[in-house]
Amino acid sequence: MKRVYMDNAATTALKKEVLDAMMPYLTDIYGNPSSLHTFGQEAHKAVENARHQVAKAINAADDKEIIFTGCGTESDNMVLLGIAQRYSKKGKHIITSAVEHHAVLYTCERLEKMGYEVTYLPVDEYGMVTAAQVSEAIRPDTILVSIMFGNNEVGTIMPIKRIGEVCREKGVFFHTDAVQAVGHIHIDVQDMNIDLLSLSAHKFHGPKGVGALYVKKGIVVPALLTGGAQERNKRAGTENVAGIVGLGKAIELACSAIDETSAMMTHLRDKLMTGIAGSIPEVKLNGHPTERLPGNVNFSIKYIEGESILLMLDINGIAASSGSACTSGSLDPSHVLLAMGLPHEIAHGSLRLTLGDDTTEEEVDYVLEVLPKVVERLRKMSPLYKG
Amino acid sequence: MYTEKVMDHFSNPRNMGEVEGANGVGMVGNAKCGDIMQMFLKINDEGIIEDVGFKTFGCGAAVATSSMATELIKGKSIDEALNLTNSAVVEALEGLPPAKLHCSVLAEEAVKAAIDNYYARKEGRDIECTCADCGHDHEHEHAHEDDESEEA
Ligand SMILES: Cc1ncc(COP(=O)(O)O)c(C=O)c1O
Repeated sequence: MKRVYMDNAATTALKKEVLDAMMPYLTDIYGNPSSLHTFGQEAHKAVENARHQVAKAINAADDKEIIFTGCGTESDNMVLLGIAQRYSKKGKHIITSAVEHHAVLYTCERLEKMGYEVTYLPVDEYGMVTAAQVSEAIRPDTILVSIMFGNNEVGTIMPIKRIGEVCREKGVFFHTDAVQAVGHIHIDVQDMNIDLLSLSAHKFHGPKGVGALYVKKGIVVPALLTGGAQERNKRAGTENVAGIVGLGKAIELACSAIDETSAMMTHLRDKLMTGIAGSIPEVKLNGHPTERLPGNVNFSIKYIEGESILLMLDINGIAASSGSACTSGSLDPSHVLLAMGLPHEIAHGSLRLTLGDDTTEEEVDYVLEVLPKVVERLRKMSPLYKG
Repeated sequence: MYTEKVMDHFSNPRNMGEVEGANGVGMVGNAKCGDIMQMFLKINDEGIIEDVGFKTFGCGAAVATSSMATELIKGKSIDEALNLTNSAVVEALEGLPPAKLHCSVLAEEAVKAAIDNYYARKEGRDIECTCADCGHDHEHEHAHEDDESEEA
């Protein structure tokens, strides 16, 4: 049977070139980068080369501004907990949005329990926060603004440069969780006034279990993990050398071809969006129609439930995702869809299809052929559908 | 995550759809919580469930438990159907993930609601809302189908 992977926001396939770049560090070059001998120094060189690749990809001024971490979640935790701890003398107020990934939201909740105050900015119907909202929320005791670059569920791209500008003007650090954006849209931390940025390799065809954090020179983010002197004392623990090499290679590959791949993905995304809207009645596009990640398609399909759609698609070889309660593992559907004002019953019927740079037109056509049949079948079963 | 049996009932649901001449119809659950089950029964003069059908809005487990419940009560007496427990449905499906057990409860309640509706019609009682309480604090929003099928 045909197998079509449309869940690239969850994770992506490792590229062959990336695996090839990693392989030597899983076999022959096994030294510890902290060791003085040649075995160690070879590994050390590879880590520093990857650091340079990351710095270049996001236009960081200095390689030293990049810290390798274990994942995007760790980068987010490190920023929030670290900045809160280090700058608490200035204040204990943090601003974020209601649609962040749980890596940010749950860490903010932890900070609230520790005596910090967090403002969760509401979003509009597209899942967007404005720079004006951020500006109004900033107080003298605000120490950090954390707004994601691109939303993992609905794909909405936030006005990052303008939010960064506002933060810069008011002298507040600005962090962006760019886990879904890196490798897919142009990011220039200097031009976009970004002080801190989280990224994760497995979202741009790199390996799982390795991420990075950009920290602008002059900002102090204390270590989350203490121990050895790795990462200039910012992240203890022997480096995941092969993973870091893979991250470096993947970000270089993704960013060197970003214009072509994102144009191609946007074309396929729009074909999928118009195709679904045109062939299935009573659907609602979630997220912004144009300000959205090149690979993200998210619809609410009325009268049916998300998990059923996923199971039925999976039977047909298509891998997708949903924001329904049944798939989120809680009683409530996705916090992102609810924050955008969707009623529970519409949020339960959400379907996310996310493309990768390896998605083909043929695969999009296959989804467009299968999905209407799946929807019709499930609607026939639904007591809510009168069609 | 699901057993083969669950997937079988999900992909080939038994007794799906409304039943013509149904004389007991019950609906439980709530769209806000993500599952609604509607059960149609055609009960003959001997009190035997001659025909049964279901319609379900919900996850894979919701569909599979409704389908299994219809199989378990088809051809049975009202009393036998009233004795159907959620654990019997789970057992017949060879297990459900713990987070999905509530679906089997809903299936049991759907059968009971339909039987209750059958008696209510017989006795000319007012037909009560039988929506299950899912623990959320909200109003019932769905239409109450019972009224409609009464006319049929
Ligand atoms: C926006 C966003 N932030 C953070 C993460 C967490 O990244 P990781 O899986 O590397 O911990 C994800 C991944 O799902 C994400 O989409």
